[in-house]
Amino acid sequence: MSLKQRAAKELEIQKKLVGLPPRQIYPSTAFLAIITPILSILVALLIAALILFVSGRDAIFILSEIFRTSFIQNFAETVVKAIPLILAALGVALAFRARLWNIGAEGQFYGGVLASTGLALSFPNLPALVIIPLMVAGGLLGGALWGLLPGLLRAKLEVNEIISSLMLNYVALLLTDYLIFGPWKDPEGRNFPVTATFSDESRLPTLVEGTRIHFGLVFAIVAAGLVWLLVGRTKWGFELKVMGDNLKAARYAGINISRNIIIAFLLSGALAGLAGMSEVTGVAGRLQQNISPGYGYTAIIIAWLARLNPWAIIMVAILFGGLVSSGFTMQRVGVSSGLVTLLQGILLFCVLGGESLYRRLLYQAALRRSNLTKES
Amino acid sequence: MKNSRNQSKFGLVAGVLLALSVLLMACGDSTATTASTAAAGTTAAASATTAAAGATTAAGATTAAGTTAATATTAAAAGATTAAATGEKFKVAFVYVGPIGDGGWTFAHEQARKKLVETLPNVEATYIESVDENPTTSEAVITELAQKGNKMIFTTSFGYMDPTINVAKKFPNVYFEHATGYKTAANVAVYQVRQYQARYLAGIVAGKMTKSNIIGYVAAFPIPEVIGGINAFTLGARSVNPAAKVKVVWTNTWYDPGLEKTAAKSLLNAGADILGQHQDTPSILQAAQEVGKYAFGNDSIMESYAPKAHLASPYWDWSPYYIERVKAAMNGTWKTGDYFGGLKEGVVDLSPLNAVVPDDVKKLVDEKKAAIKAGTLDVYAGPYKDQSGATKVAAGATLSDKDITSINYFVEGVDGTIPK
Repeated sequence: MSLKQRAAKELEIQKKLVGLPPRQIYPSTAFLAIITPILSILVALLIAALILFVSGRDAIFILSEIFRTSFIQNFAETVVKAIPLILAALGVALAFRARLWNIGAEGQFYGGVLASTGLALSFPNLPALVIIPLMVAGGLLGGALWGLLPGLLRAKLEVNEIISSLMLNYVALLLTDYLIFGPWKDPEGRNFPVTATFSDESRLPTLVEGTRIHFGLVFAIVAAGLVWLLVGRTKWGFELKVMGDNLKAARYAGINISRNIIIAFLLSGALAGLAGMSEVTGVAGRLQQNISPGYGYTAIIIAWLARLNPWAIIMVAILFGGLVSSGFTMQRVGVSSGLVTLLQGILLFCVLGGESLYRRLLYQAALRRSNLTKES
Repeated sequence: MKNSRNQSKFGLVAGVLLALSVLLMACGDSTATTASTAAAGTTAAASATTAAAGATTAAGATTAAGTTAATATTAAAAGATTAAATGEKFKVAFVYVGPIGDGGWTFAHEQARKKLVETLPNVEATYIESVDENPTTSEAVITELAQKGNKMIFTTSFGYMDPTINVAKKFPNVYFEHATGYKTAANVAVYQVRQYQARYLAGIVAGKMTKSNIIGYVAAFPIPEVIGGINAFTLGARSVNPAAKVKVVWTNTWYDPGLEKTAAKSLLNAGADILGQHQDTPSILQAAQEVGKYAFGNDSIMESYAPKAHLASPYWDWSPYYIERVKAAMNGTWKTGDYFGGLKEGVVDLSPLNAVVPDDVKKLVDEKKAAIKAGTLDVYAGPYKDQSGATKVAAGATLSDKDITSINYFVEGVDGTIPK
């Protein structure tokens, strides 16, 4: 089928869709989009309650305790956990738009961590007004550089970005180990693998007094807005989507693909780098091992579950932040950690299952509609 | 009163949410009859009541329940007073880095926790396992434990150091005990055991038992505790066999059974016939048993995992310390401190030796053990050299506790490097 014919057919389908009778007897797609994740979570909670009940525990007490702890009493802690996840997931989503599989958010996170740590350790005497913007720039740049490598390789040499970006994660991790076991080791740290504590001036300020919510939250929200604008409202964003839908068509349309790949990776990495910067300067205040418990990987799941939508990413990331702490809350009220992992697995399974069901329903709805209009 | 009202309000909200979603579900399918919608509504209402009931129970069970993090400190204080007034149990919590079934480090702490509860029936000791050393996660976990009325919290891994100090600042009425760290505060004590004493004894066994004179050592991270352990092990081995070499492989993980086993195999392939280790799992023993070689356990007695290969385990019994400290906290005599107990205090030991070990070696180990306990033998007493051959500790000299806990060089006889 030539492009022209295909376009004509698309138009025909479009007309049929517009010409649908006003009273729908099937759920609208917008409604489905919202209700599927909610239902999936409810189903997961139901299964979880059942399992807890069968294993002889007070399911309702446990579930309400989780809700109370993670989303009411310690909601601030949930938000703290969500901040790096939001930023990294935004970066991942940006690349995924163009079907660029950037699996390297973890490494890019460390890129930002290393750059900002290097700055904080080198200039302990600079005032906050100077060092903080410097570290933000450093974090962005560090992440961007770490993202640039797989981007360049993909754009210029067609090297598979999944493998190169993934492998660079390990490089970043080992580089971090080298630095904290070696040149950056705290001279007063009794040879433990930690850097010196950052000066108070180079700590990202707290946003909400009495909590650990730091300025990174502002970064996250602003970044979400920017990504939303960039992808949804600019020509470049449109080009990215075209590349994601059909690379050949994009090339045919004269889109500069290799340039866009490089920019997408730079931005994607920069966001993950900012996540790293805000985490190390906002929460930890020094670089130590395990600064990321796999934020870069969780970000991939979050980006997918949010269907790459920046605002949805914020919600899903908060949910994940709560999920992480809920595991420890459950342990506190006497659920063994094995069962906790099982329950978290069930939740993920249900949400992902709901997601694929949703896609299937969408597809069927589209089919049904075209059949319906054919018959009438 | 205010709390319980909040709880029931939450139950109501949850119920309404549930009802709403059931209704939405019903709306999604237009074929649903009114009857089923009504039925769904009733179910939702019923579950709302149960939720409220559950929440009320919760309010009764937990004494400290501040609604915001800001009021947490007062909440903990209030919780303590209530506990004292109603004669409730003294609540203690443990934060573990690995799973309690790791068979090593965390397992040893868990055994001590159990003993603590058996010895002091008025103590309720809970634990949270597999807590990441990441500062975001661990600080949140420790905070939650402090909020929920625990009067004493043991954080049992080095990475919890800063989070422990940070949380302790917010909860001045809670006692904190951090294992293997060095930062103390008015309500934060640190504790560690002289692992090197048992490792020295293990080294004696290794030096006597090796035929190839190559002893492997699988080690987690190049931190002082591990480096010093390797040094003591090597000093022990070379005290009975000056030709013995200790070959070190780093894994950069405490808990990764697969990787630990791979590291063990690489050492066995390099000619090692005995493996020492500083890891949290028994994988090294299993690797040795598979090829008919010998190995040591670590942290707790690991004999059951590989009885043939298991020569002995340097192990730690944390219970004497835990019992003493919790007692002190209950009496109000608790003071911050920097504990460093060893064989003498009964917190460190080498488990009984494998039957294949000759009697004269067993006798020698017993003698040395007694000498260390009596204070006549100091494991780190000079003279010995570092890897470059330079004398590090002269005859008659030894290491101070601060030197021991911040050591960063290998002694002569160690074949390996410390990443710098």
